[in-house]
Amino acid sequence: MRIQLRIWRQERQTKQGRLLDYSLQNVTPDMSFLEMLDMLNEQLIQKKERPVEFDHDCREGICGQCGLMINGRAHGPLPNTTTCQLHMRTFADGDTIYIEPFRATAFPIKCDLKVDRSAFDRIIQAGGYISASTGEAPEANSIPIRHDVAEAAFDAAACIGCGACVATCKNSSAALFTSDFRQGYPACFVAAGSDRGTAACAANGGSDR
Amino acid sequence: MLCILDLSRAISEQGKGQIEEKYGNLFRMYQKITGINAYTEPMRISPAAHFSMGGLWVDYELMTNISGLYAVGEANFADHGANRLGANSLLQACVDGYFIAPYRIPNYLADEIKTGPVDVNHSAFTAAEKAARQQLQRLLNIQGTMPADQFHKALGRILYDKCGLSRSRAGLEEAIASIRTLRDQFYSELSVPGGPDMNSELEKAGRVADYLEVGELMCYDALTREESCGAHFREEHQTSDGEAVCNDQDFAFTSAWEWAGAGQDPIWHKEPLRIDYVTPTVRSYK
Repeated sequence: MRIQLRIWRQERQTKQGRLLDYSLQNVTPDMSFLEMLDMLNEQLIQKKERPVEFDHDCREGICGQCGLMINGRAHGPLPNTTTCQLHMRTFADGDTIYIEPFRATAFPIKCDLKVDRSAFDRIIQAGGYISASTGEAPEANSIPIRHDVAEAAFDAAACIGCGACVATCKNSSAALFTSDFRQGYPACFVAAGSDRGTAACAANGGSDR
Repeated sequence: MLCILDLSRAISEQGKGQIEEKYGNLFRMYQKITGINAYTEPMRISPAAHFSMGGLWVDYELMTNISGLYAVGEANFADHGANRLGANSLLQACVDGYFIAPYRIPNYLADEIKTGPVDVNHSAFTAAEKAARQQLQRLLNIQGTMPADQFHKALGRILYDKCGLSRSRAGLEEAIASIRTLRDQFYSELSVPGGPDMNSELEKAGRVADYLEVGELMCYDALTREESCGAHFREEHQTSDGEAVCNDQDFAFTSAWEWAGAGQDPIWHKEPLRIDYVTPTVRSYK
């Protein structure tokens, strides 16, 4: 595949950024989106140019680090899929792809596509859990839970705190995260069905982690 | 090795809905990664090395052998047996982070309550900062032609092939020799663009430098363990039909390796496993 990229480059927070054009040959449909960026960086390093900074960690859709705006959507075109779980077969040969950082005042740009999400981390820390004595855990098999309830409980735990809801909100607000998530549903999970059109929630499940 | 997992009979017997309810998330993951719909085409699967066991030595309160330095989550060895699957890493992250560290670290700090603010101009700070800067500058100064990723991948290949799903004495010895060669190459041909500011490539190079040390240590450790146990399958120790043969008589211990300085062989400490209520037995999947 041949891919045209327009990537936001910004050396540091205080410097003016801009979109720069790159073109990549020999991208394979099996590559993940981040592997495609790795390929670009390897070529930039070889040419002694500054590689593109972007956040990533587990690349398994669990850690919530790899947030990018891809063609104007947080995590790209697929619903319930983080950037790292997006593969190049989603795009067509010759496509132009716009890659930008998550845009929100609360997520200041550190460099290129890297943003500082520590404000979001503080919300998660504050609301992560409460301490309440609930006695000894009962034998699990003695308390049958209806299947639909179990599924809903799983959905409620599916938020990985990636911040895509903030990046998607027109007001860059974390209100969706704090309200919906703490009532039991990750905001982007709710938003998946709304006309805001994002479904950045990474409810993959099924990993051995 | 390739296995074919054909679910067509299960789907025709139980219906697609049933299968979707049980395995829908796995099928979706599979489709994302491969682009293949496993409801209509057989799944192509393969055994793969996935996790490694072990980590930094810690005491019962998760403190390393450096007083006041704790290692929590997957970085320590505490909850690892010879095998670990199924949310073990999340368990460790959550249990260590939520329930152990907040109680054990104050226990340490309690003894420090009369210690005043530590002066950052203390000679230990200056020495540590100097050493860190020197290491970064060393990586930047190499100015070779190979990005850190290439070394990372080459090391991964060696470990996957020789210290992965199955291991042998000859393979592990080859791996140790290859890693030493790769490390020499790393320190003569590494290419890191940019300077010591925010620089992912420099950060990656630092990590790969560490991986080159720990990768060799993993081979070293695997070499000393003359048995097959859990995820550690030594080809020399198997039955005629390929089942693992463990040796609980001689290997009921955890190996802790002490860093003895650059270029020195690490020091081997054996921590015996005390098993009170169960008797280790052969686990057979047949």
